[in-house]
Amino acid sequence: MGKMISWIFMTLALASCTTTGPETDAAPVEDRSGVARVDADSVQRGNLPDILTKGALSRRSVYFALDRYDIEEGYRDLVAAHARFLVENRDFRVLIQGNTDERGSREYNLSLGQKRAEAVRQTLLLLGVQETQVEAVSLGEEKPRAEGHNETAWAENRRADILYSGEF
Amino acid sequence: MKFSCFPVGFVRLSLSLYLCWSLAAEAQLAIEITGAGANRIPVAIANFAGEAQGGPTLTDVVRRDLERSGLFSLVNAGDAALSETAAVDYDGWKLLGADALAAGSLRRNTDGRMEARFRLYDIGLQGNLGGAAYLAASPQLRAAGHRVADYIYEKLTGEKGVFSTRIAYVHKTGGRYELRIADSDGQNAQTALVSREPIISPAWSPDGARIAYVSFENKKPIIFVHSLTTGARQVIANFKGSNSAPAWSPDGRRLAIVLTRDGNSQIYTIGANGGAPARLTSSAGIDTEPQFSADGAQVYFTSDRGGSPQIYRVAATGGVAERVTFEGSYNVSPRPSPDGRNMAFITRQDGRFQLAIMDLQSRQVQILSDFGRDESPSFAPNGRMIVLATEVNGRGVLSAVSTDGAIRQRLSVPVGDVREPAWGPFPR
Repeated sequence: MGKMISWIFMTLALASCTTTGPETDAAPVEDRSGVARVDADSVQRGNLPDILTKGALSRRSVYFALDRYDIEEGYRDLVAAHARFLVENRDFRVLIQGNTDERGSREYNLSLGQKRAEAVRQTLLLLGVQETQVEAVSLGEEKPRAEGHNETAWAENRRADILYSGEF
Repeated sequence: MKFSCFPVGFVRLSLSLYLCWSLAAEAQLAIEITGAGANRIPVAIANFAGEAQGGPTLTDVVRRDLERSGLFSLVNAGDAALSETAAVDYDGWKLLGADALAAGSLRRNTDGRMEARFRLYDIGLQGNLGGAAYLAASPQLRAAGHRVADYIYEKLTGEKGVFSTRIAYVHKTGGRYELRIADSDGQNAQTALVSREPIISPAWSPDGARIAYVSFENKKPIIFVHSLTTGARQVIANFKGSNSAPAWSPDGRRLAIVLTRDGNSQIYTIGANGGAPARLTSSAGIDTEPQFSADGAQVYFTSDRGGSPQIYRVAATGGVAERVTFEGSYNVSPRPSPDGRNMAFITRQDGRFQLAIMDLQSRQVQILSDFGRDESPSFAPNGRMIVLATEVNGRGVLSAVSTDGAIRQRLSVPVGDVREPAWGPFPR
């Protein structure tokens, strides 16, 4: 067993050419197998004022229909409320994260999520928010809030979220 | 132990094999053959003289590589060892049905390394097809076995083998993402990056030393270039908005990328070490998923400029884009073949996402795979196979299919989802 384990796990060493084979020189088998490991985890969170975590401004999600990226009537007040807050509080910044359901190309969905986030950003800008206060990015299909594989889950995931500084 | 647990040919993993396999290395990709070529070449791989019996052997690696390719059937070569210097009983091998025979030896050099020597014979013509020798430290004997298999594959099929290549993929378990690099047989899987945030779109540099990918570790998609041996990472694109879809130019000097700093997703090129991006496409809609043609002259991409996502191409120096796909309302993820003749892509038909291949000359399209959720195709560097991500029984698995649709393999792990495969280049 020990021999087998060593076969499996021993670090692979560099090989090179020293002797000749039947027809040709012995070809060195290059060591391409060393792979270093990196840990990317780094998450910090700040504290937000109550006004952003309780009441109307605690609602942060705008939902979209399949393949659509226009803001429906039912979400215009929500976006307008955040616009008012941001106009009155120029020190605050928001990140708009666009999301899609899981179906289709990951990269295309990343672009579709960007269009949804961009639709929210454009509305905020129209309502007086400054460019420097808002950034639109996409999470595509990568961070589903609902993990299911059905229409209910897909509808929940076609969404743009408004995150304030300290939340991203 | 580990080798005895590896699924061979059409034999499925039994429970006991599965258990010992998962104990040995739960990180490995299991490759199961689900379809093989119609006219497989019968080949005998004799036990190499000097190999320790009872344990994993170099000849096992060679046999499994050839069998997994779907192009060969193994003729039972018996238990006797046969060195490359021994006389060949052509009539005897012919009776056993072998078209070709490999014989060889393994011996320890004075410096402690192992030398594998072998010779390949054509049984019908009673001739010597050539041979080679590879020197490797003992733990790297598997790599030497892949080289032997590549040699045999190339001599008998006329195209280069890909047994010595590696495959990158993302393994997701719970909320944990790992970018892994495995040998083409699924073994020796190693983790290059682990993160609690998604990792997508890995792309090998042409020299196989680096991988570009998109990481969400900073709460938004950012493009990194990661050196595999050192783990050194460089942020290549972190502009306002999303940064995604990296694709290397064939000379390795530039990457085509997608930025949204000017609003919607648009394609830019940027130096392999970063710098100022140059805009390549300009549309009012989404332009994404750039991929260079093998000669570097064209960039294929997905765009919804015509109202639905379709594939276009543009000169790598810029200019007017030409539409490539016309059938259907969803054609994405273009992948030009290494020989430049075909393009693999994902098409949606009746709500099913399928791998398709287009002959770029005739514009003929053939559906190659129909799991219903096919994504992220990637060509093997010899153009014979395409690996893709799909879903089977609610779990993310990889599937590989030959460009003629005959050979099929499934690559999976015991726990979690596998996705975003990227087949690496030939070793240098």
